[in-house]
Amino acid sequence: MSEVLLDVRDMAVQFGGVRAVDGLTFRVHEGEVLSVIGPNGAGKTSAFNCITGFYKPSGGTVTFGGARITGRRPAVIAASGIARTFQNLRLFGDLTVLDNVRAGMHVRIRQNFLDAMLHTPRYRRGEDAATAEAHRWLDFVGLDHDRTAPIRNLPYGEQRRVEIARALAREPRMLLLDEPAAGLNHGEKAQLLALMRRIAGLGIAVVLIEHDMGLVMEVSERIVVLSHGKEIADGTPAAIRSDPAVIEAYLGAEDEEAHAEAERIAAEAGPGGTTEVES
Amino acid sequence: MNDESTLRAGEEASAYAGAVEERGRVNVALAGRGVGTPKPNRRPSAGRTLPGVLASRWLGPGVALAALALPYLNSSTYVIRIAVDALIFVMLAVGLNIVVGYCGLLDLGYAAFFAIGAYTSGLLSTRYGWPLIATIPVVVAAAVAGGLLIGGPTLRLRSDYLAIVTLGFGEIIRITANNLDFTGGPDGLYGIPGFGDFGLRSDIALYWVTAVVVCLAVLFAGRLGRGRLGRAWRFVREDEDAAEAMGIHTYRVKFAAYIAGAVFGGLAGVLFAAHQTAISPPSFNFLWSALILMAVVLGGMGSTPGVVAGALAISLLPELLRGAENWRYLIFGLLLIVAMIFRPQGLLPARAGEARRRGRRVRGGAS
Repeated sequence: MSEVLLDVRDMAVQFGGVRAVDGLTFRVHEGEVLSVIGPNGAGKTSAFNCITGFYKPSGGTVTFGGARITGRRPAVIAASGIARTFQNLRLFGDLTVLDNVRAGMHVRIRQNFLDAMLHTPRYRRGEDAATAEAHRWLDFVGLDHDRTAPIRNLPYGEQRRVEIARALAREPRMLLLDEPAAGLNHGEKAQLLALMRRIAGLGIAVVLIEHDMGLVMEVSERIVVLSHGKEIADGTPAAIRSDPAVIEAYLGAEDEEAHAEAERIAAEAGPGGTTEVES
Repeated sequence: MNDESTLRAGEEASAYAGAVEERGRVNVALAGRGVGTPKPNRRPSAGRTLPGVLASRWLGPGVALAALALPYLNSSTYVIRIAVDALIFVMLAVGLNIVVGYCGLLDLGYAAFFAIGAYTSGLLSTRYGWPLIATIPVVVAAAVAGGLLIGGPTLRLRSDYLAIVTLGFGEIIRITANNLDFTGGPDGLYGIPGFGDFGLRSDIALYWVTAVVVCLAVLFAGRLGRGRLGRAWRFVREDEDAAEAMGIHTYRVKFAAYIAGAVFGGLAGVLFAAHQTAISPPSFNFLWSALILMAVVLGGMGSTPGVVAGALAISLLPELLRGAENWRYLIFGLLLIVAMIFRPQGLLPARAGEARRRGRRVRGGAS
């Protein structure tokens, strides 16, 4: 197997008395597509927030590309090569589509304030290159929309794409996607699946939190299942489907949605095993 | 590639023309049927002309030229004096716009930096006999130091907390100046020299110095806002967490905005000291901070033309209303309220848009 890129060991975070993440351990390998699933409240997003520095873990270590990043500032972690999207879109609403994507390139554009004030050749070169690159990433995610419009004028599905383009413009080695399919219709989900494959094709590791099991089973090389802040299973989609602990975790949950999901997983785990994306 | 892009531009233009034409036809149709007043007619036409002028490349140079030409049009002492006041106010508003408009940090103590600049140059020129121009590097250093001192602890705070702390610091600076013997106490400093006469009438010489400095300040502030740092300011304003997730060190970015604002304020202070020749603590009270903020909000936060217009309105309206005698501040206040009711987003609000690059449309060719 290829090299370990992200190594999370015994990570924990508490909010008051609630242990949102409680001794979580898992690894992500270079270029791998990994899904993190689990019932609502299992600590998936909290784990993402710990890895990306938005929460300070109360215990454990996070190592990325061989360097410890535990408790570092989000900007430092992002600059080291982890990009993310947010569960609820977090775009720069008043700014143009292009500007949103340029945010991802911020740390790479070489320009100081004098360049900007005097419009030096370096400024023009840098800005032109950034614009060209922003267009390239928007082409990559397949955005077919006026790119000079304020982002909040775009339909929801398009905004999702721009958020991914913005994260890709960071040129990450690992991309964390927090429920990218939420609120998308079937057609858009199919496009998202294709997009995730293209991203994996660039050699970027993709870590996905997602509730759409069809999508998860289709795209993941490996799945980590969380429950109550711990990993309870880790394996290939086929292995996860038939894992009794996973089915138990979903059925044991009091959440109705989780029940429905568990039933779906059970159905998908039936003989034959090949699943199709629901689209 | 080039042909493709021109083709696309052509398409866009014709599509736009088509849309405009269509809208016109709809309006004609509506009018023909006698359906009420064709209200949408007014909006699009206003939407076409005003931003057209605002987006023009020649707007900035035109206004700058007008400012420089003023003494040829009217060189009465009164007009020149009011104009210098207005220009200094423009510079302050443009500086505060970096902090409030671009970066979204509500600063209620901006007059502090104005005071730091004015006092630094005033002290050096009156006590130590420095020529005013030589005090500028020291003023910049003092403004940066003041920005670090005030920004260091406060920029970790968000929104309301930041506003309250900056309000406090603004007062601290003024009261310190009031209580120190070194700064002349309540009497302040007097006999501050100008920049020199250059063989002209002294107020006109100062006017031109001010006009050049302020025009450059407006140009640089606007350019700063469009560059890499300016984008980072807006990312922070829009969503601090998302900016962090893109690797942008938000604390440093906010600091940069604060210090840039401080430098603009400090330099405006030098002009103010030269203009007034005497400064005292009441020149830098909270009313100043509030009026500068008012100019930014009235003009349109984050919009350079807007803020310039707002600053001119705030500084010139009381003068234009002189005819109303004792009523003028009442009318001034009412006008501001009316303006904010009808244009809450500002006179010339900032609009998301891409910088035009003289027809060179750069476009990646991945697809």
